[in-house]
Amino acid sequence: MMSHEELEQTTAKVQQEQRAAGDRINVCVAAGCLSLHSDAVQKSLNEEAKKSGARCSVRGVGCMGLCSAGPVVSHEPAQAVAAEDKTTAQPTRLYGGVQPGHAAKIVASLNREPVRELAIDTTMPFFAKQTKIVLENSGSINPESIEEYIAVGGYRALLRALHEMTPAEVVQEISASGLRGRGGAGYPTGLKWATVARAAGATKYVICNADEGDPGACMDRSVRESDPHRVLEGMILAAYAVGASQGYISLRAEYPLAVQRLGVAIREAKRMGLLGAEIAGTRMSLNLEIRLGAGAFVCGEETALIASIEGRRGTPQPRPPYPAESGLWNSPTLINNVETYANVSPILARGSAWYAAQGTAKSKGTKVFALSGKARNTGLIEVPMGMTLREIIFDIGGGVPAGHTFKAVQTGGPSGGCIPESLLDIPVDYDSLMQAGSIMGSGGMIVMDDSSCMVSVARFFMEFCMSESCGKCIPCRAGTAQMHGLLTRITEGAATHRDLDLLVRLCEMVGATSLCGLGQTAPNPVLSTLRYFKNEYLAHIEDKHCPAGVCECAATPAEVNA
Amino acid sequence: MSEKKTLATVWLDGCSGCHMSLLDMDERLITLSSQFDLVYSPLVDQKIFPAHVDITLVEGAIGNTEDLEKIHMIRERTRILVAVGDCAITGNVSALRNACGAEAMLRRVYGESAQGPAQNAPGKMQDIFVQLPRLFERVQPLHDYVSIDAFVPGCPPTADTIHFALSELLAGRVPDLSGVAKFG
Amino acid sequence: MSAAPGAKTFVIDGVDASATPGQTILSAAREHNIFIPTLCHLEGLGDVGACRLCLVEVKGARRLLPACTTRVDEGMEITTNSPRLADDRQMTMQLLFAERNHVCSVCVANNHCEMQSMATTLGMTHVEVPYRFPALTVDASHERFTLDHNRCILCTRCVRVCSEIEGAHTWDVMGRGIQSKVITDLDQPWGTSETCTSCGKCVQVCPTGALFQKNRTGERRGKDPSFLPYLRTMREEL
Repeated sequence: MMSHEELEQTTAKVQQEQRAAGDRINVCVAAGCLSLHSDAVQKSLNEEAKKSGARCSVRGVGCMGLCSAGPVVSHEPAQAVAAEDKTTAQPTRLYGGVQPGHAAKIVASLNREPVRELAIDTTMPFFAKQTKIVLENSGSINPESIEEYIAVGGYRALLRALHEMTPAEVVQEISASGLRGRGGAGYPTGLKWATVARAAGATKYVICNADEGDPGACMDRSVRESDPHRVLEGMILAAYAVGASQGYISLRAEYPLAVQRLGVAIREAKRMGLLGAEIAGTRMSLNLEIRLGAGAFVCGEETALIASIEGRRGTPQPRPPYPAESGLWNSPTLINNVETYANVSPILARGSAWYAAQGTAKSKGTKVFALSGKARNTGLIEVPMGMTLREIIFDIGGGVPAGHTFKAVQTGGPSGGCIPESLLDIPVDYDSLMQAGSIMGSGGMIVMDDSSCMVSVARFFMEFCMSESCGKCIPCRAGTAQMHGLLTRITEGAATHRDLDLLVRLCEMVGATSLCGLGQTAPNPVLSTLRYFKNEYLAHIEDKHCPAGVCECAATPAEVNA
Repeated sequence: MSEKKTLATVWLDGCSGCHMSLLDMDERLITLSSQFDLVYSPLVDQKIFPAHVDITLVEGAIGNTEDLEKIHMIRERTRILVAVGDCAITGNVSALRNACGAEAMLRRVYGESAQGPAQNAPGKMQDIFVQLPRLFERVQPLHDYVSIDAFVPGCPPTADTIHFALSELLAGRVPDLSGVAKFG
Repeated sequence: MSAAPGAKTFVIDGVDASATPGQTILSAAREHNIFIPTLCHLEGLGDVGACRLCLVEVKGARRLLPACTTRVDEGMEITTNSPRLADDRQMTMQLLFAERNHVCSVCVANNHCEMQSMATTLGMTHVEVPYRFPALTVDASHERFTLDHNRCILCTRCVRVCSEIEGAHTWDVMGRGIQSKVITDLDQPWGTSETCTSCGKCVQVCPTGALFQKNRTGERRGKDPSFLPYLRTMREEL
């Protein structure tokens, strides 16, 4: 049985150990840096530390955000580790592009000047302009240690809710925070919880939608890999609020590191009595299981995800009924996305008023984005809702590389759209992005410069939707294939105005008649590029010319088998 | 005689079954014939398509370079262009070869199942038929290339259907067969 | 009209109507002799809402709703036909005709095909989207039946009747999107299927020439799925 006292004892013990260990060298071992062999860097740092006898510990931590500079290593001086007030403490040093060969230099620099050639300026806007709630522990704790999560305040909100709040009060607190679903649609989280809590049925389920299949998106993966207990705590709180005793985390088998770390986290939480039967000595029980998907984008759609968990072919079903009323095995089911769950414990720990004070009137809190494409700084960022696209791309992202000009930013992945330079001063919130013809989506943000052909971009996303369509409904199955064919014809310089008219008509029809969100939003990349970059479409059609120089446009009008 | 409409019929990539169906109108054809002058047709000896035609009925799909040249020329010179029969409207039997491609079709028909010089001819089959129009990789319906004013479906359209369509056309109306004649 | 207990009153195409609790829009509309086009729906099988022909406008709803799976709510105002719905339905049929090789003139189901007659009913004159002409196969390995993928519209009636009524679940769907296809067992020739009972229900419910009985052509090729509602009722009452 886990109590508040035990949490404090664990915290004290971890902090004492950390102080005793001296300086901390943190190596990012999340997927981005790991793919650049940060595990080898960690090994060399360990060996060098041992060899030198320096009073320091080398730890693997989660993502620190600036993936474009990977492998990333940070160095927290002992004095900073021990300090009560972190603001006056000696600043953490950040190194990028670290190779195993740099290990000796870093270890030797512990009480001296930083290693100049590797140093990243931590005062630059990339760091200074971010506000971290979801990612606050990412990159500073060991994701495989529940003790470290507890030492930074973890599981306090859960225990307080279980002992001092009714489920209805938890729902009320989430509603009051103004949190909206981070999976993309932005449905008010509190309202969803209240519906499931109210729904009749002895058996209810909570599901974490961790499918995350958008091209260019890795927000949720990073949270799962860097701070898995944050997700678990959110799910347990949700289960308490809606009255569920069984939960599933559905994620792709393609994310083995996330699978492994969530698995470790579930085991550890059970060991500590924070998961399983009679959590923290209360009557609340929750069994959590991981379900692996085979990598179908459509399984991010909630009804398809439910079918997949049930062991059926992952295809969506018409709603209503919504899963909140009839979901997994026809029982009321709460489905939220990873980032939504990751916001829950901070809201309960610091209060809904604190959360609601951040962001805009209708979009509260922060949003994590995977900033990628033609920006100087790319990686994982978290910003308050309402920050302008311009600040994100030009301050945090550092703008486009020299010699090129900005053209568009794509948000919302294959369901989203491309936003031009003229609209960069709109605030990033659900409604403004929708008005601009895009969506918030789950957080993919791809910057494009003058070397991108917008017709090709639209074609790329249509190809994605075409291959990821489940094939159940006609408009999505055949319509995406037809739209892809027409876009291909345009990029080949073989299209006519009639083809363009047909494309527009198909966009409207597929969007209006498809069964699920995949087909309903599949036309968005085409519609938004047509809205802002129609001249590029016309150049391909009328002049057989690609303004960005991407497409060949050399096709003959009628293909003769000569 | 000046109020008589000029009528042309054209046979592209099809089997001529639609023209047979036209003739199947029998004596009704004689009644209707007082209302038009047949100025071009595979049924009459006229080699040049006139400069201005009121109504042209086209049977067959677009399958080769000659078909394409013809349909563009016909569209230019015709006021009301009518696609008659499933080949003209959907590609139909003429387009059955599309799933395998022109070359494979030629090889099968004139190579593997033929005797004589073609059977062992090296290189592309199309080179053997140099004097003939080149086949397109895909046979396509007329409306993929030119705008069509009316569609008369069927394989072939029945004589009744053609009679209805032609009567409407001669009366100065564009026949609307949607919901009347069976599609496909 | 005296309403049954729990009956829902609603308006459909401007006419006041009533429905039993849980009744779908489609079922209620048909009771009131209002035509809503369908292809994947079949009386006696579970509904999947896949063909999208039965989409209707419901006042206040954010999106078009499938009549086959949406239940009537008290006070609903439903429009079953409008220029926009007619346009969408035509395009749905066009997409179907262009998707595979539906050459009616040489099809065993010509004149006995639900897809063909639906195209006529909806006033389709031609297909504007490019025909795809995919290369597809025919499985004639079963001694009595043939599967022609060229004619399949993926309505999944065969899958449902085999699973829900026959209980064999020989049929299922594999692949994604435009590559989807119906399969027997684990995508093996139908004739080698160990689960198929050769009952022929799938053939009778198939709306097109995708599934047909061998040696049954000409005037004898019509299909008759009318046994389904009886089977269902008998089983439910037992």
